[in-house]
Amino acid sequence: MAGSDLYTVSDVEAALAAGTSATAVVDASLAAIAAGDGALHAFNHVARDAAAARAAALDAASARGPLHGVPFAVKDNICTRGIATTASSRILKDYVPPYDATVIARLTAAGAVMVGKTNCDEFAMGSSTENSAFGPSRNPWDPERTPGGSSGGSAVAVAAGFVPFALGSETGGSVRQPAALCGLVGLKPTYGRVSRYGLLAFGSSLDQISPLAWTVRDTAAVMTVIAGHDPADATSSSEPVPDYTAALDGRLGGTRIGVPRHLLREGVDGELLALFDEAIERMRAAGAQVTDIELPHARYAIPVYYLVATAEASSNLARYDGVRYGHRSRRADTLRHMYDRTRDEGFGAEVKRRIMLGTYVLSAGYYDAYYLKAQQVRTLIRRDYDRAFALVDAVALPTTPTPAFRLGEKVNDPLQMYLEDVFTVSANLSGLPALSVPCGLTRGRLPVGLQLMGRMFDEAALLRIGDAYERERGPMPRPARR
Amino acid sequence: MPDRLTREEVERIAALASLELTPEEIDTFVPQLAEILEYARLVQQIDTTGVPPTSHGLAAAPVDREDEPRPSLDRDEAIAAAPDGAPHAGLFRVPRVIG
Repeated sequence: MAGSDLYTVSDVEAALAAGTSATAVVDASLAAIAAGDGALHAFNHVARDAAAARAAALDAASARGPLHGVPFAVKDNICTRGIATTASSRILKDYVPPYDATVIARLTAAGAVMVGKTNCDEFAMGSSTENSAFGPSRNPWDPERTPGGSSGGSAVAVAAGFVPFALGSETGGSVRQPAALCGLVGLKPTYGRVSRYGLLAFGSSLDQISPLAWTVRDTAAVMTVIAGHDPADATSSSEPVPDYTAALDGRLGGTRIGVPRHLLREGVDGELLALFDEAIERMRAAGAQVTDIELPHARYAIPVYYLVATAEASSNLARYDGVRYGHRSRRADTLRHMYDRTRDEGFGAEVKRRIMLGTYVLSAGYYDAYYLKAQQVRTLIRRDYDRAFALVDAVALPTTPTPAFRLGEKVNDPLQMYLEDVFTVSANLSGLPALSVPCGLTRGRLPVGLQLMGRMFDEAALLRIGDAYERERGPMPRPARR
Repeated sequence: MPDRLTREEVERIAALASLELTPEEIDTFVPQLAEILEYARLVQQIDTTGVPPTSHGLAAAPVDREDEPRPSLDRDEAIAAAPDGAPHAGLFRVPRVIG
């Protein structure tokens, strides 16, 4: 962490092996946050006392888990027992969950230490963190720009050197996009690979908790801990979990990579596209076979996504009514007014917009034309990928169409903001795993990401390809300390 | 289906969604929602005759757990998070129901 050179999980492992205590590692993380987060706003809450107590307990224990002493940050829409969980919304401003999400329990059991909750777009709805009720996060590469979103705070916490890894959540690209814009690795696991228990639901058929880290190796180490069946989440899969780090053999020879060139003809930043092409060439030179593929329905992914995700959101967010938790309006003398005013006071503009859209597309007279139609096209999008994966082992695209944009640039134009997700939503709609790996910096020193999509439950192949690419690419620079 | 989203329709949807929007919010949402829906109509160009809908990304049927009693959240602790809870009575207090 800043000032201590403990950037990665591997750095922390080496320091602990050399005799550094978990307490010293966690203190360094907390000190880096205290010194640097005022300017960046990665965190909504820092769990200073809980983290210090946990580190002391680890130092006193004899057993060591696979992530012993590694500090991490968690998006503020993942429940942490006794520690506020707000989803960056006024409606949950003071909510303290009485239970831990399954991922938190698993990471804690593996020895990792949660140091705080990160800022995000309200209820994970957005691509810039500007929809947070607590103000935006800033990109450590250029604080005038967005770190991306919705898991922007988690990306900032890692990119600023506060923690070696963080958890975010994905519904349409909310981890891959901030990872790309902050120069990090982000993995959206296969739907059902990681338990959603304790994740505040947005689009239940799309949501997955997803890790961010500096390297593919660190991402694989975290995945090995958080993946697997959970009786508390009926959609979590019983598919066996491999040791993902064991798959990283550095080989690209014979790997078939498909590039849907037809999606890159317009709307993609020229410099970003050149960096993407360079990454593809690097993989080809290292033995990968690169072929052009067609995804005929990909252009419908954004409209399908914003119909399906908003429909699910309108249903999931019905629970925030001022009765059982969170904000309650003081301006209500009947139950009905209490519901309506609580929700008007508690939700921000983007959340309301999506609840409205979702309610509309599910309402009588519009269901077939919008929602049912979107679900049918969702099938066609998935079939495109099934056909592609008969020919190739991974599909490669840029993660985003542009590098990080300026704060304020798109926030008043919802449709423009939605188009930011053009290359990421397909993985969520189809359930497929997808990895973003940094593939260079623009001349203005802004990172961009190479995205690799893989077969269902084949995270191991994606991580192997991503790691092999990373070795060919060489180390990525880090943002200057501020 | 009307071509363009109307103000009355936005008000009707807000009521369905239990959102008491201000007149200013409705002014903002009418053109924004209309623009997004117009864009979303792209999907209506595609012939989907005979295509089954996909409602989730699951690879297999959801896995049911055994229906056995097991420890759950403590009731008082769960109610303690309520804005107006009465944990010892096991209740949430709300304003009168009939206005």
